[in-house]
Amino acid sequence: MSYEIFKINEDLKEFMPEEIVDLEEKATWGNPKRGVMDLPYAKELIEEHSLCAGCPESAAFRYILASLPNPEDTIIVNSTGCTSLVFPHIALHTVHSLFGNQNAIASGIKRTLEWRFPDKVKDVVVLAGDGATVDIGLDCTLQSFFRQEKITTICFDNEVYANTGGQESGMTVKGHVFKMAPKGKQFDKVPMWQIAIDSGCHYVVRMTVSSPKKVEKVVKQAIYIAREVGPTYLHMYTPCILEIGLNADQGLWEMRQTDKERFKFFEYMTDEAKEVIKKKKEEGLL
Amino acid sequence: MQKTEQVQYNRAGQRVVSPDYLLFEAPREKQFMTGSEVVKEAVKRASVDASVSYPITPQSEAAHLIGELWVEGYVGVYFRGESEFGVMSEVAGCSMAGGRTITTTSGPGTLRAMENFPMWAGSRLPLQLVLMARGVNSPLTIQPDNLEISFLLDTGCMIWHAENAQELFDMILAGFAVAEQPDVHVPVITAIDGFFISHTREAVMLPPDDIALPPYNPYKSPMPPIDMEMAPGRFLRDPYVMKSNYISYASHTSWQFEVRSAIERSRPYAKRYLKGLIEEFGNPEAEVVFIASGTAGAQAKEAAIMLSEDEGIPTRVIRLKTLRPFPGEEILQAIRNAKYIFIPEFNVIGWLEREVRRVLYGKTNVPVVGSPRVAGGMTMPPEVIVKEVLQTLGKEVKHVV
Repeated sequence: MSYEIFKINEDLKEFMPEEIVDLEEKATWGNPKRGVMDLPYAKELIEEHSLCAGCPESAAFRYILASLPNPEDTIIVNSTGCTSLVFPHIALHTVHSLFGNQNAIASGIKRTLEWRFPDKVKDVVVLAGDGATVDIGLDCTLQSFFRQEKITTICFDNEVYANTGGQESGMTVKGHVFKMAPKGKQFDKVPMWQIAIDSGCHYVVRMTVSSPKKVEKVVKQAIYIAREVGPTYLHMYTPCILEIGLNADQGLWEMRQTDKERFKFFEYMTDEAKEVIKKKKEEGLL
Repeated sequence: MQKTEQVQYNRAGQRVVSPDYLLFEAPREKQFMTGSEVVKEAVKRASVDASVSYPITPQSEAAHLIGELWVEGYVGVYFRGESEFGVMSEVAGCSMAGGRTITTTSGPGTLRAMENFPMWAGSRLPLQLVLMARGVNSPLTIQPDNLEISFLLDTGCMIWHAENAQELFDMILAGFAVAEQPDVHVPVITAIDGFFISHTREAVMLPPDDIALPPYNPYKSPMPPIDMEMAPGRFLRDPYVMKSNYISYASHTSWQFEVRSAIERSRPYAKRYLKGLIEEFGNPEAEVVFIASGTAGAQAKEAAIMLSEDEGIPTRVIRLKTLRPFPGEEILQAIRNAKYIFIPEFNVIGWLEREVRRVLYGKTNVPVVGSPRVAGGMTMPPEVIVKEVLQTLGKEVKHVV
């Protein structure tokens, strides 16, 4: 619909919690140029989260939600894991259903919303961890790419099953000792960004979330391309400081280190995607 | 104000009529069709928004035919998913996004998809699954067997069991009418015994295909549809979900009770649209009573006729149309005169016997015979049922089976 749905009945306003009133009065709606620079001034679409202090994933959530070009018509699909601790804090329609089926749910939602609202743009964005995206949910993730679903998939890669207490995942670096890999991981980190390219994604990025402005740019590009062309995939390093033994103030330092090595910024786009970016730049939206 | 009647059309151009008109009043014409074909005919008249398919015998043909309806413009969204797990999540997405949604599956597909069914119920999605039951592995089988229904009984979905193609047609339409009631709003599984119904042709009476159910209104849902057209249900500074405290446990508990209560609240609607939760057949005073569902009910009726006509033994069949809600009161009422209860089933574990015993426990001392039971594709000729009854009653068995 529009941000009108966040307008509160005047007679009830005095009884509403502050954060709901703020959503109506101080959030950035109806402005595709909104971005991370609004964070200090505007009401965020994510309420005080329940992740660990200093968690880079919580920073990623804030940057992404601040960058959505069309939040008043955006659906967020989550999965199980640390991300599922966040979905009740998001001021948009969110879904958590099962562990690993997020891209299947998102496919159904996107197609049905296209059918129900043929004259409107409804963006569907998947936010899930590396276990959900690459291990248990790999089938649903890749199949949604093969089918060219017009959704944006964002993987928060912390290289571990963090929420269940630190078990090895497919994204763990080879040799790293975690629970369930007591002798160290026996095989290489899955090159998911490359698999996404081979599976038909039109825009793929590998990065850390050390630079908020960069996150804003790729999120907007990924959503615009998904809207017009097909699946887009963002692979973001959001280290689990708890499981790799860092303090609450060391997450940014860790990401800046990996910026130079295994999470060196990598961007891929198809010619169709380039066209969309060119057009959006001309429109002043990027 | 003068009341005017406005004719409405759905997106396929069919005239919208009430479920009552479509099910009970519209003129019907005789057709000769398989169960798979009647699925198409029902979906065609149901203003369906979305369907996702996956191949597995014996449901594949029904899924193909829904695809044809999509090509013809009767269904809004249709595609082949990656597996039954994926499909049952995809249709959940379609339903969450506010579309009237239907899908089909069978046997191993049901088990592959299993994690989704309690999620459907917990998300209060009025989805419909047409279940064409078949055996489950191992050893490999594609034959008729309804063991899988047992696994679904406690998923929080309504489960109905059709006896023939005609009933399947009516149940698919009634299924949406009941599942979408705001005070029900849980999924409905309309089950048939695969092959026996899906692949055999029988006479069915169908209403015209230029009329259809009213389109689904997702804004009557007890849960907001996921479409950003109304304020989101949650935005909490301190959400109780995922917390290890009493209120989170209590909330989860009460929600599970609420889903079961929703199934109970479907009773009056199901009674109305299915014309009762049970069908009673035969002699109401009979002391020999069969309790059965699906095609076992049809076979029990054949046996009842043979027993009364050939053997002079008055018999009665109580055929259950709904398994969830389970028609316990109706059964207790209907077995008042029973001296023997026989429960024929198309599976090895006897889930219906278990369900019936649970209702009868402490209420009656009538012996319950959980037999005959066939599985893995075997048929159940009425002679087998007759033999079971005669042996139990200590009478001579004349039929050759």
